[in-house]
Amino acid sequence: MKAVITTVGKDRIGILAMMANACADNQVNVLDVSQTILDGIFTMTMVVDTEALSVPLSDFAAYLQELGDKNGLVIRLMNKEIFDSMHRV
Amino acid sequence: MNEVRTSEILETIEMIDKECLDIRTITMGISLLDCADSDIHRSCEKIEKKILRLAKDLVKTGEEISLTYGIPVVNKRISVTPIALLCAVSGGDPVEYALTLEKCARELNIDFIGGYSALVQKGFSAGDRELIESIPRALAATEHICASVNVGSTKAGINMDAVKMMGRIVRECAELTAERDSLGAAKLVVLCNAPEDNPFMAGAFHGVGEPDAEIHVGVSGPGVVRAVLAKADKTLPLNEIAELVKRTAFKITRMGQLVGSVASQKLGVPAGIVDLSLAPTPAEGDSVAEILEEMGLESCGAYGTTACLALLNDAVKKGGVMAAQAVGGLSGSFIPVSEDAGMIRAVKRGTLNLEKLEAMTAVCSVGLDMVIVPGDTPAEILSGVIADEAAIGMVNLKTTAVRIIPTIGKTEGEHVNFGGLLGEGDVMHINRTGNAVLIGRGGRIPSPMQALKN
Repeated sequence: MKAVITTVGKDRIGILAMMANACADNQVNVLDVSQTILDGIFTMTMVVDTEALSVPLSDFAAYLQELGDKNGLVIRLMNKEIFDSMHRV
Repeated sequence: MNEVRTSEILETIEMIDKECLDIRTITMGISLLDCADSDIHRSCEKIEKKILRLAKDLVKTGEEISLTYGIPVVNKRISVTPIALLCAVSGGDPVEYALTLEKCARELNIDFIGGYSALVQKGFSAGDRELIESIPRALAATEHICASVNVGSTKAGINMDAVKMMGRIVRECAELTAERDSLGAAKLVVLCNAPEDNPFMAGAFHGVGEPDAEIHVGVSGPGVVRAVLAKADKTLPLNEIAELVKRTAFKITRMGQLVGSVASQKLGVPAGIVDLSLAPTPAEGDSVAEILEEMGLESCGAYGTTACLALLNDAVKKGGVMAAQAVGGLSGSFIPVSEDAGMIRAVKRGTLNLEKLEAMTAVCSVGLDMVIVPGDTPAEILSGVIADEAAIGMVNLKTTAVRIIPTIGKTEGEHVNFGGLLGEGDVMHINRTGNAVLIGRGGRIPSPMQALKN
C-alpha cells in the first residue's frame, strides 16, 4: 500500500533524517520526498510504500503521531487513496 | 496509479486542519424486524444480541480509518428499525427498548442510536401511540438515543392528530429534562417525508425496505466551502460561485464515498448511501450561515438569504451526486441554528428570525432545526410550527423536519448551552397568535395533487 506522510513544524536540523530513520526502522520504503520552507515553517511530504511494514499500519500511524508530539511537529500518515479519490475523477 | 501532487496533499491537509473537514458519521443501519417477539423481554434480548454482534467493531473501524487515512471520523452511530414496529408485536412499556438500545450504545461506545421512531403519516397502527407517548420518558432516561416521528408525506398527506400530539410530546420532553436545559427535546425530531436511509441524527432510522444491515456515511464540510468562497472575487457572478461549490462538494463527497467503501469492506456489511450534506458544527468557520454571508450578505437572514441557500443546496447535490455511488439520506444543506456559529450570531444580532428560517426550509435539505424558543411556549403553537413545516415538505416533495426546544425556565433573548455538537444559542421570539381551534380539529390534510404521479 502507498501512503503519504506529511510533516509540518518549525524548521530545524535533522527533521528529514529523523523521518527517514522512522521509516527505515519500520521497513517502510520512501518513494518520493518533497519539502518546502515557508516563513520558517517546514513542510515535507513523503510518498512511501508500506508493503513490508513490520507492524500494523495503525500502530505505525500512531507511532508517527507520537514522534511528532515529542518533537513539536505535526506528523500524519494518510493512505494515498484519499488523494486519488478526492483529486482525480 | 496517478502520482499525487504536493499541492493536492497540502490542500487536503488544510481542509482538515483549518477548515474542519471531517466525516461527520459512519452510521450502521440495522434491521430489528427479526428480533420482534410477543414477549418484550425476549425481544430486547434479541435486539441486544444482534446489535452487539453486527456493530462490535464499528467504533474500532472508525478509529482505524481516522488514523490511517488521516481524516477524523467524528461520530460512530447506529440506526435501527422504527421501534414502534416492535412494540406492535410485543406490547409492554416501550421504554424497555430505549434502555436496551442505551445499554448497547454504552457497551459499544456508540455516539447515538436513532430509531426510537414511529411512522404515522396516514394514521396510527398498533404500537404507534404507545411509542410516541413514551418518547419523553425514553429520552429523559437515556443519553444516546434519538427519537423521530414522521407525521406527513407527499403521498399520504399530513396526520393532524399526530401533529397535535407532537406539540404536547415536544413540551413533555423539554419538561422532563428541564434541569438539563430541556435537552430531551433536542433529541426528538418531527418529520415529513422522512428518508429511510438517513445517517444523521436525530432523524435516523432503518426503514423496512432496507437490507438487514448496511453502512451509511454522512460528510461535513461547510468550512471548506466557506474557505473557497472567501478566496473568490466579490464580483464573481453567481453561476461561477455555483461552480466553485460543485467542485468542492465533489471532493468532499469523494472522501465520504471512499470512507464508506473502506468501512463497509472492513466490517463485512454492505455499503449503503453517502449523504451529500453540508452539516455545520459550532466550531468557528464551520458554518452554513457564513457560506451564505460569503456570497454577499451582511448577515444571514438578510433578504437574499433564501436565494443563496437555494443555490448552495442545489450545487452541493450536483457536485456530490457524481462523486458517490449511491446517494441518499437528507443530502443537501442543513441549517441547525444552535449548531452553527454564524446562525447563532445572526439570531443574536436580530437579523435571523423564525419566519425567515421557515422560508429557508423550503429550499434547504431539512427544516427548522435546533431552534430554541421560550419555555412557556404552548403545545398548540409548537403543533402549528410542525404543521407548517410538514405542509412545506408535503407540497414540495421534500423532507422537512422540526427540532424545536422550548427551554423550560428560559425566556426570549436568554442564552442556552447544550454542549458538544448540539451547540448553544439564544432563545428566539415565537409568534403566539392563537391557533388552538385549528390544532384541535385533528383529522388529516389530504395529500396534494403532487402525489398523483402514476
